[in-house]
Amino acid sequence: MNALQPNLVMLKKLLILAVVMFAFGYAMIPFYKKICEVAGLNNLLQPDTLVEETRLVDTSRMLTVQLDANTRGLPWEFKPLQSTVKIHPGELVEVMYEITNNSAREVTGQAIPSYAPLLVSQYIKKLECFCFTKQVLKPYEVKQMPVQFLIEPEFPGDIDSLSISYTFFEIGLSNGTTSNEDKSTKSKI
Amino acid sequence: MAAVHHPDNELGHEHEHHGPPAGIMRWLTTTNHKDIGTLYLWFSFAMFLTGGVMALTIRSELFQPGLQIVEPEFFNQLTTLHGLVMVFGAIMPAFVGFANWQIPMMIGAPDMAFARMNNWSFWLLPPAALLLISSFFVPGGAAAGGWTLYPPLSIQMGMGMDMTIFAIHILGASSIMGSINIVTTILNMRAPGMTMMKMPLFVWTWLITAYLLLAVMPVLAGAVTMLLTDRQFGTNFFNAAGGGDPVMFQHIFWFFGHPEVYIMILPAFGIVSQIIPTFARKKLFGYSSMVYATSSIAILSFVVWAHHMFTVGMPVTAQLFFMYATMLIAIPTGVKVFNWTATMWRGSMTFEAPMLFSIGFIFLFTIGGFSGIVLAIVPVDIVLQETYYVIAHFHYVLVSGSLFGLFAGTYYWLPKWTGNMYDEGLAKTHFWCSMIFFNITFFVQHFLGLAGMPRRVPDYALQFADFNMISSIGAFGFGFSQLIFLYCIIKCIRGGPKATDEVWEGADTLEFTDLPSPAPYHSFETPPKVK
Repeated sequence: MNALQPNLVMLKKLLILAVVMFAFGYAMIPFYKKICEVAGLNNLLQPDTLVEETRLVDTSRMLTVQLDANTRGLPWEFKPLQSTVKIHPGELVEVMYEITNNSAREVTGQAIPSYAPLLVSQYIKKLECFCFTKQVLKPYEVKQMPVQFLIEPEFPGDIDSLSISYTFFEIGLSNGTTSNEDKSTKSKI
Repeated sequence: MAAVHHPDNELGHEHEHHGPPAGIMRWLTTTNHKDIGTLYLWFSFAMFLTGGVMALTIRSELFQPGLQIVEPEFFNQLTTLHGLVMVFGAIMPAFVGFANWQIPMMIGAPDMAFARMNNWSFWLLPPAALLLISSFFVPGGAAAGGWTLYPPLSIQMGMGMDMTIFAIHILGASSIMGSINIVTTILNMRAPGMTMMKMPLFVWTWLITAYLLLAVMPVLAGAVTMLLTDRQFGTNFFNAAGGGDPVMFQHIFWFFGHPEVYIMILPAFGIVSQIIPTFARKKLFGYSSMVYATSSIAILSFVVWAHHMFTVGMPVTAQLFFMYATMLIAIPTGVKVFNWTATMWRGSMTFEAPMLFSIGFIFLFTIGGFSGIVLAIVPVDIVLQETYYVIAHFHYVLVSGSLFGLFAGTYYWLPKWTGNMYDEGLAKTHFWCSMIFFNITFFVQHFLGLAGMPRRVPDYALQFADFNMISSIGAFGFGFSQLIFLYCIIKCIRGGPKATDEVWEGADTLEFTDLPSPAPYHSFETPPKVK
């Protein structure tokens, strides 16, 4: 038995290493979020702040902003009240969106933004957005919500039109349900 | 069971050398490292053929533009499962098979440190493979989001994905147990006099590989567990709608994934480092630099993962860091290639099949290494991301790298395992067919990638038609060449000219110098003397 002793000690050490690395995989998540926060990446849920003095409006340029709205897997109708707005870089604008709950149940949704072209995300500053929080809609409720944003004057000069898109996802349901719905639609096709 | 029989046998037939129980029970209950090695090798060969059939179905579909043979959904399942089966079912278990057979013999140990756990780590594999393969037959089919299992696709798929996740858990557990066994065996059970810096390089590379496995397989287990809880238990690790981030999965996955590609190549480096000195009849050039180079590659593998995901929108400083770190790996790898070449320099070389495969390995792996450096360059990678160039790159390092290393090792040690020489003519035919058809299959894929053909597509634009046709012809040639390999092995097991104990003139490791051919069922029960 004595001959086996060093092997068992080694077994324990290596098992601990494996368990520590499993925990490390999970530890990467808060670490990753912290990095994103520090580096200013991916802060979808926080409003931006503006430094007042540096706000210059570049009136020599005009940008066409197309507004897009989608829902995925929840019984809502979701649309912008104006499909495009024309703005100058640096100019603070407010646009309105409307959501309607078409079902007889209370539904909670979260909107996720998406921009085209991709580099818009570096130049857009949002002071207010319905996407910063969850939206709860009572049965058949209609709600209008603003987005307040500006495109920074440093926005590249060769682009004159861009799109801002929001997609509402239902939260509080397990993902399994959504995927089952997807599958049933697929099998019908 | 075998262990339970020991005392009885020894009491009953004091002087008779006891053998294993007969029939299937021998294999189910074995704790013998040689039996388990054999099981691993046959299992991985079966999985190699399974993954190969998937690859040939893929290549049949891509023979011409348009959809001919399979539905696009099924095509995606095939590409996904081809990757998973080849990585986790074929290449990794094959190397563990080599480790089981060779490590105890090469360091003068009687068996692996934890013989029963060894049995368990093998017998976890068939159920995992069964889960993977049978996922084709469940509603929704097998996982179809690519072997990397990226969300959101992997979160949305049907139960085939759950089966894949469970299979990966089992395979991970098996790998971790296997690695614990290998590390403990190497560190604690070497024959007296076998110092660390006297260990054969195959043992060194496996020691480092086993540590890599222990460090990253749990991370993969964590990543797929998060996928599972996202899918079934309402967590939102990767679900953007719930505040998660799909890109985070890529970071965790590739933290596992990059060391994983070295897990699949380092043991091949080890095999080649045994074979080249033997057939050049010289000592390995730069033994200690080989050890340090292998360790540096292993350490660097932890800081390069994001080069798999340059296009996710990371800051340019991060891109630069990962680009330079990746290119840094070319240095220790270059040291290795230099040392192999320098070992051959002015050696008395002969070109038997193991040597042919080793030289083929160096030649083609280096091409794969160069295309890797091309892909490491951020601006180039952004263009080539998700194209056939990437496919060509990793098949050069995984097929003509890892797989050729495995072929070389098989021919090198087969006479020691079976006691018979293999048919050299057949083996050389296998080599030349593999070499030629491999290049026909994959070299043209560089051109396809540079021309912009995306990977994982069942149909493609007309201008890619000619190269795809060439590639498909090559793939069938390569696939059928492997039947020569199978035939050659079976022929060698059944008989053939008796191998000498030394087998190869220049071989100097313990299994050749201190053991007869075939190696007895129990070897080194008293440790050998190491000079």
